[in-house]
Amino acid sequence: MIINHPILGPRDAQEFTYLGDASLLNRPDWQANDAADQFYNYQYLRDNPAGEHRELWFHEQGDRSWLVVTRNTVTHEISKVELASDVARKEGRSK
Amino acid sequence: MTQKNRLTGGLIDRTKPLEFKFDGKSYEGFEGDTLASALLANNVRLMGRSFKYHRPRGPLTAGSEEPNAIVELRTGNRQEPNTRATTAELYDGLIANSQNRWPSLKHDFMAINDRFSQFFAAGFYYKTFMWPAAFWEKVYEPIIRKAAGLGSLSMEADPDAYDKGFLHCDLLIIGAGPAGLSAALTAGRAGARVIMSEEDYICGGRLNSETYTLDDMTGTEWAAQTLAELQSLPNVRIMTRTTVIGSYDHGIYGAVERVSDHIAVPADGAPRQTLWRIYSKQALLCAGSTERPIAFENNDRPGIMLGGAVRSYVNRWAATPAQEIAIFTNNDDGHRTAADLAAKGIKVSAIIDTRADAPTSEHTTVLAGAKVKDSLGRLGVKQLSVELADGSIRNVSCEAVAVSGGWNPNVHMTCHQRGRPEWDENIAAFVPGKDGPPGLSVAGSAAGIMSTHGALTSGAKSAVAILKGLGIKAKAAKTPEAEDAPVSLQPYWYVKGGKGRAWLDQQNDVTVKDVKLAHQENFRSVEHLKRYTTLGMATDQGKTSNMGGLAIMAELAGKSIPEVGTTIFRPPYTPTSLGVLGGRAVGKNFHPTRKTPSHFWAEERGAVFVEVGNWLRAQWFPIAGETHWRQSVDREVLATRKSVGICDVTTLGKIDVQGANASEFLNKVYCNGFAKLAVGKTRYGLMLREDGIAMDDGTAGRMAKDHFVVTTTTANAVSVYRHMEFCRQCLWPDIDVQLISTTESWAQYAVAGPNSRKLLEKVVDREFDITNEAFPFMACGEITVCGGLRARLFRISFSGELAYEIAVPTRYGDAMIRKLMEAGEEFDAVPYGTEALGVMRIEKGHAAGNELNGTTTALNLGMGRMVSKKKDSIGSTLSERVGLKKDDALMQVGFKPVDSKEPVVAGSHLMAKTGEVNAAVDQGYITSAAYSPILESSIGIGFLKDGKNRKGEIMRAVNPLKNQTVFVEVVSAHFVDPDGERLRA
Amino acid sequence: MHNLKPITALGGNKAQIETIGTVTISECPDVSLTSVTARLGAEKTTATAFKKVLGIGFPKPMLSETKDNVTAFWTGPNQCFVEAPYATHETLAASLATSLENKTSVTEQSDGWVRFDLDGTDCFSVLERSCAADTPTMPMNGVTRTIIEHLGCFVLRRSDHHFSIYGPRSSAGSLHHALVATARSVLAQK
Repeated sequence: MIINHPILGPRDAQEFTYLGDASLLNRPDWQANDAADQFYNYQYLRDNPAGEHRELWFHEQGDRSWLVVTRNTVTHEISKVELASDVARKEGRSK
Repeated sequence: MTQKNRLTGGLIDRTKPLEFKFDGKSYEGFEGDTLASALLANNVRLMGRSFKYHRPRGPLTAGSEEPNAIVELRTGNRQEPNTRATTAELYDGLIANSQNRWPSLKHDFMAINDRFSQFFAAGFYYKTFMWPAAFWEKVYEPIIRKAAGLGSLSMEADPDAYDKGFLHCDLLIIGAGPAGLSAALTAGRAGARVIMSEEDYICGGRLNSETYTLDDMTGTEWAAQTLAELQSLPNVRIMTRTTVIGSYDHGIYGAVERVSDHIAVPADGAPRQTLWRIYSKQALLCAGSTERPIAFENNDRPGIMLGGAVRSYVNRWAATPAQEIAIFTNNDDGHRTAADLAAKGIKVSAIIDTRADAPTSEHTTVLAGAKVKDSLGRLGVKQLSVELADGSIRNVSCEAVAVSGGWNPNVHMTCHQRGRPEWDENIAAFVPGKDGPPGLSVAGSAAGIMSTHGALTSGAKSAVAILKGLGIKAKAAKTPEAEDAPVSLQPYWYVKGGKGRAWLDQQNDVTVKDVKLAHQENFRSVEHLKRYTTLGMATDQGKTSNMGGLAIMAELAGKSIPEVGTTIFRPPYTPTSLGVLGGRAVGKNFHPTRKTPSHFWAEERGAVFVEVGNWLRAQWFPIAGETHWRQSVDREVLATRKSVGICDVTTLGKIDVQGANASEFLNKVYCNGFAKLAVGKTRYGLMLREDGIAMDDGTAGRMAKDHFVVTTTTANAVSVYRHMEFCRQCLWPDIDVQLISTTESWAQYAVAGPNSRKLLEKVVDREFDITNEAFPFMACGEITVCGGLRARLFRISFSGELAYEIAVPTRYGDAMIRKLMEAGEEFDAVPYGTEALGVMRIEKGHAAGNELNGTTTALNLGMGRMVSKKKDSIGSTLSERVGLKKDDALMQVGFKPVDSKEPVVAGSHLMAKTGEVNAAVDQGYITSAAYSPILESSIGIGFLKDGKNRKGEIMRAVNPLKNQTVFVEVVSAHFVDPDGERLRA
Repeated sequence: MHNLKPITALGGNKAQIETIGTVTISECPDVSLTSVTARLGAEKTTATAFKKVLGIGFPKPMLSETKDNVTAFWTGPNQCFVEAPYATHETLAASLATSLENKTSVTEQSDGWVRFDLDGTDCFSVLERSCAADTPTMPMNGVTRTIIEHLGCFVLRRSDHHFSIYGPRSSAGSLHHALVATARSVLAQK
């Protein structure tokens, strides 16, 4: 597969390490009342769609960027690639 | 002149005769020959025995689709089984042997199978080798393996090297026949980056096998002229002897280049083959088409071949299969064969044409509306029995038969990503579907455009269209005037009636009857048909046989062929050696080797090395007189505990952590606190996974307010770095922290033992005070050594002794270890390896990889209280789960055998002193064990339910693998210096 | 001055240099290497300071910047490596840390890497058998990170057919073996 890196352009998927569902960006607040339940959902409950899937890839043998790759798991078509840090900020994560 | 069937003309070089041997007999051929063409020229048609019935077989084709003429090529460690004689290029001294026969090709003992063929019908294995089950492995499998199969392996290591490589292009053109050449010319002239691959060793495809002209040139001349222009274009890369084996995601193609298969032995340093990964923006499949046979009784006798193959042998290789040839056809191609044979002076017995309205021929009798019922001849065809249109039988004598059943476009590549081909009624064949791989277009006869003119035009036009999509303006290359005959064909798959066997898949000995039987036994989906009958399996993957099988299935099911559908074509397109997939990653080059900075020095000292991941680490350093590893290891441990020892710990991962928020960041990734760590201090840190399980441990030294040096275990250096980048970029994108690995930048040595400070004081420059007061336990700092070399010093201890780790730039690591050893001479300093390191950490009760094994929590490790609840850190919330905090949770403890002579074995499970031994009453397990020379006893650490409260209890450590039970006492895991006085000294 | 004698990544006292056909493969130990990373939000100030201190711009993705014997090449978002001769710049990291002040994170990388230079007209044939990078289309100051012999390596184009490869120092032997075997293979196929 080829992943179109937002900074570096098309790169062979061999350079990357796969992590999984991009919902891992949404780490819950540890001080929430139901933090235990939220963390349980975060850690263990994922969708496994046959179709479009947002997933995390790490450019380990490249520039060490984490990317959010939107990939169709049936056709392998990749429709969108973003820097995970940009996505995380957009989703309200900070520090 | 022994080449009885050699004709005039052809693309062979008569000035270069080549000697070769087949089944021990010497023959002569010419440069340009394949093994098959040279054998045919020598009047050898029998080239192999079939898979199941050991029927005599000769070549059916002249290309890579060959099912029959497969041989063992070469001898000794280069012997390769199942090589197609039809593609093996002849070279001087070539040695080939037929396969699957004993004692000889002409007298094959196993041909007895043929007499019992009724027992070997479809599903034979499933029906026969059923019971008793005990026979499966011991009796049936050996019998089947011996009887079946084709060539044999040399059982020797492959002496050749294989390369891999990567290429990039705008347009990959797969196949250099008329369509491919004309596409390449169009794209090449437009300046596009073009790769044109061709599996043959010459370009031109069918142009080299047919006699029609392009303008006023022969096909071969036009191909050569076009090739010459392409070769002059720097933007065009022509790869002959290269088969594109598969189409993969996003325009990636795999291709195997047979660099040295056409010579006896690869040139010194050269690979036998190269596996190319081709990154293409667009690709154009010009793979041509494959002719298909018509099945009739005994249609497998040597000499019965495909018509196109006969034309190839006669025209391209000037080798006729025989002096008298009959033709069986359902289309105009048969007549083309007749004309070509006649032009070469070969007698054409008759054209048996299934079409009632068959055209006449000026070269021979045409038997219109006739069909071949049977053939005769023991080791080669001698005569055909032909049923004429009026039902009468006529015998036609011949020594070869050219069969033409129409052509199947080579759609394989379009199906590699699950595309489905579509049925084209006009040519009665499957053509590429619209759901092929994105970016792959098809031209020429692969697209079902069967005339030469059509192929040339479609190649050029496709190239223009593709380049337009890439923003490159191109003009279609002018098409020469060429043959443009329409396809005139009457679909005809097999001759009905008769009691004998009509062969569909000659490689797997599948007959028309087998397909009928499969249908009768309800194996009706094409995929089931394939598995049940083995139709279309093995090296040729049914390239010449699948269509026949589908047609019969369709007929039996009362469906159309497209309704029946096809099996899925998968890569590779042709058989691919495992060697080329492995490339150079064999033996010691399977993975890169990482050497520590003291490697060369350790080698000089005769160290024994151990592989730790990719690292080579010194395991122990034997000295004169030591005959057993334990002697070396015990000595290293005792000397270190007594005075001082030195160990290379460079392999531990090092990550430089800087930034305004560096300490906050470490607070998040370690379960224990780091915010308040003072500059110049180091702290042990435990990282959890988000699920609360321990991930890795190490230390973090604070070099400055905004600068930490983090260490990881050797094994997890990469994954911890990846995890920290995940935390930084994905979880806390606004945290100001920068990470970079410095594992390899610093040569780091542990200097351990009561005299370690004294030793170090000799190398650390005087201005740096490393006394216990100035540089206490867990101190760290930047220093200089040996008169000004920058270095880092950490007072940390894995051994439990007074110990330091000293780091210098890696290039000075070799000199540093020599300096340390020299300085340590007066203290009898020893180098120690990973074994002694392991013994000492077990004696000290320090957890390592065996304890941080992916199932244990901080609580299990005895570090439950380290998990800070005052802050958020990875894994802290889920580590609180009830199931992980049960009262009887596993706790790390130590074990000592009751009888000190008995060994503690890692992996043993812990059971009560008496009672049953089984998983239900399992109390825990031992993770690490060693012989402690200090305690003069074997010791272990491990996990025991509620272990903290069970000190003094006697248990059984059970090792069912070796039927071993040892009574052990539960003790503290800290065997040596439990109060840590030594390391603070 | 200290009296410790350095060894090269391949373990020798001097650089190993081989010419195979038209390609020369040289071990290059005389390199001081420092990573410079702009801190969060300090990208502009870092670039300005960088320019002031080194006289070159902070390199753009996949490119390098050179002035005299100092080259900086892009290695990651807001990060670059600065290389200079070791003989004259052994303590480059320390001096950059001081001169770039606290808006940047500076880390010595000199001995984290081994540099091999490939020079010669057939270097493209060697490179295409070594890595997936499309080296013929790289600009003369092009830089990319790619996998060679399973190792993450930086490939820098210096001129028409002169490339530098930075690979992890501990695997120098494996990387060198791969490059040499490939160069021999290329030569044997000519």
